[in-house]
Amino acid sequence: MALLELRNISKIYHLGGEEIRALDDISLDIEAGEFVSIIGPSGSGKSTLMHILGCLDSPSLGSIKLDGTEIGKASQRELAQIRNRKIGFVFQFFNLLPKLNVVQNVELPMIYSGVGGRERRARSVKSLELVELGHRLRNRPNQLSGGQQQRVAIARALVNDPRIILADEPTGNLDTHTGEVILALFRRLSEEGRTVILVTHNPEIAAVTPRKIEIRNGKVATKVDEKLAGLDRQPTPVSTPVS
Amino acid sequence: MSFLNAILVGLKEIWAHKFRSVLTMLGIVLGVSSLVAMSAMVQGMENGMKEALVAIGGLQKMRVEAQSVPVEQRHMKDFATGVTLRDVQALLASAPEVEIVSPEMRLESSPTLAANGKTHRTFMTAGCWPVQLEMVEHRVEHGRMFNELDNEQARDVCVIGTGIRDELFGKPEETGEEIIPIGRQMSVNGYPLTIIGMFERYEGEQERRQRELEQEENAARRAAGPAGAASGPKRSRGWGGGSGRRGNWAFWIKNNTVYMPLNTMWLKFKSGQTNLPPEPRLSNMEIRIRDVDKIDLALNQIRNVLMVNHRGIEDFSFRTQEDWADQIQTAVKNARLSGGFIAAISLFVGGIGIMNIMLASISERIREIGIRKAVGAGGLDIFVQILVESMVIAVVGGAFGLVASKAVIWLISEVTPTDNAPIMTIGAMGFAFGFSVLVGVVAGLFPALKAARMNVIQSLRYD
Repeated sequence: MALLELRNISKIYHLGGEEIRALDDISLDIEAGEFVSIIGPSGSGKSTLMHILGCLDSPSLGSIKLDGTEIGKASQRELAQIRNRKIGFVFQFFNLLPKLNVVQNVELPMIYSGVGGRERRARSVKSLELVELGHRLRNRPNQLSGGQQQRVAIARALVNDPRIILADEPTGNLDTHTGEVILALFRRLSEEGRTVILVTHNPEIAAVTPRKIEIRNGKVATKVDEKLAGLDRQPTPVSTPVS
Repeated sequence: MSFLNAILVGLKEIWAHKFRSVLTMLGIVLGVSSLVAMSAMVQGMENGMKEALVAIGGLQKMRVEAQSVPVEQRHMKDFATGVTLRDVQALLASAPEVEIVSPEMRLESSPTLAANGKTHRTFMTAGCWPVQLEMVEHRVEHGRMFNELDNEQARDVCVIGTGIRDELFGKPEETGEEIIPIGRQMSVNGYPLTIIGMFERYEGEQERRQRELEQEENAARRAAGPAGAASGPKRSRGWGGGSGRRGNWAFWIKNNTVYMPLNTMWLKFKSGQTNLPPEPRLSNMEIRIRDVDKIDLALNQIRNVLMVNHRGIEDFSFRTQEDWADQIQTAVKNARLSGGFIAAISLFVGGIGIMNIMLASISERIREIGIRKAVGAGGLDIFVQILVESMVIAVVGGAFGLVASKAVIWLISEVTPTDNAPIMTIGAMGFAFGFSVLVGVVAGLFPALKAARMNVIQSLRYD
């Protein structure tokens, strides 16, 4: 059984009486431990897909199973709990709280899962050591470089030991070198057996992952257009959508 | 998120915006302190009024006054006896609910008192029995009260209040020493009486403070020497100023009393007047009943006894203190209501300030709320967080408000030292504090709801 099972997922928006299908009948599986990238130009629906994969939003139609549990019809509160326990987010703009220091930022998810103060601290420090930031515990986010901030965000994503790490353009706001460091970190996490999903429009980043899912016009492209996606420079096996 | 955690986050948030938070709290501080100060002032006022009620004898006292014969009994006017000593005897003998009866025979039209080369007009000059002392709660401080023998022999003696002494012999505050005119002569309408006693000074809290203040001022003036003293004749500002007719009239009347034996009054002052019947008519008699709860029974007994004595002619009336007690209650209730209302409005305005600031706060923290929600905060967590923040402002503001109210009350009593001292009660403080917390909760509800309902995706994208 796959970790994530999407079956006939559609997301429909109504804009002034016009029906917009941001996602149109998407079905795909993501296995535990996979390192996947979701690529597609802007407006393709990949953000919408990411929101649904990350339980930030519910699909209009279809079913989505995470860990064998149907979450397509979950309430806002249930979604919040799933996000808290099973999904770690890494955002393009880091999304750290500027008023809190590094440890407090990393502790944040555990505050909402009811972990006690001491354990919270211990797990945060461990998580920060994992991203090699054990020495910057007391700093504020604005005292850190972009790469360091993104590593704090990754530490926060890891701290509740989630089933999936969902990264939305994690290198989009970083220079090339730092971006590579972050990508290396994701690869390492993947090698450690975590499920990592990268959402990006940048084919060079997608090239890092063994499996790529291309979204075009709200559908999974049956065959990734190597040239269009810019993947021909570094040929990698292309994943096929589940029939 | 645990409640304690929420409070901690709230405190941090407030600390992060110190100035803004202080301004917001100021609204609550002012509201709470004005509520407490208002209630303290009303409490002080109530105490002052109750003091006066006690000074005139409390609810147990009532008065029987002579009254002109009612219209329907006019034809029997000649048989009307008036209130006489026979009524006193009858009441003492036949009305068991009556504890003390004290007859009073007053000199009409303010008599002129003269002594020490000065004159003074007072209206409270009366002949009475020694029991009057107990009746109106007079205490003789110097000398003695006249006794039954003085009354029996109609001796030319009198007991005065300190107000009379102040007018005729000088105030202690002005002379620097207290003059005790026992043994001195004083003439009433030209007839000389010997002063054999003087009552203590009666004063409310208010007058005492005023007198102490005056004393201090006078001492300072004396210390300053003749240069500081005003030259020329003493000037009295207005009619009330010189006579000490300030503050509570109940105490003022009590201090300006001249009492002489009833028989002295009758034989030396009244017997020379025309149109007097053989039976000495009393101006009134004061009655004290045994039990306030049986006031109706006592009134009936008194009425029945007097009716028999007066041959059914209703030429007397009762006056009780009930009306006055009711008036005090009403006045206090009104003051409390109107004052409380105004203070509550200011607290309400403080609440609006909190709501305003919380709304501003959540709209500048949309992204933060999005992040918190993305990492797993439910709507309820956000709701509680915002609500707690607004409550923390209200609670801290309320606590400071209590401290500030102490200062406000101190300020009030400094500015007007002669008024009734405001009294801070625990109840008022508790109410004001509780109300401020309530205001905090109510003010936080709407912003908290708004924050809790924010869409995660939109708030994450918000810049």
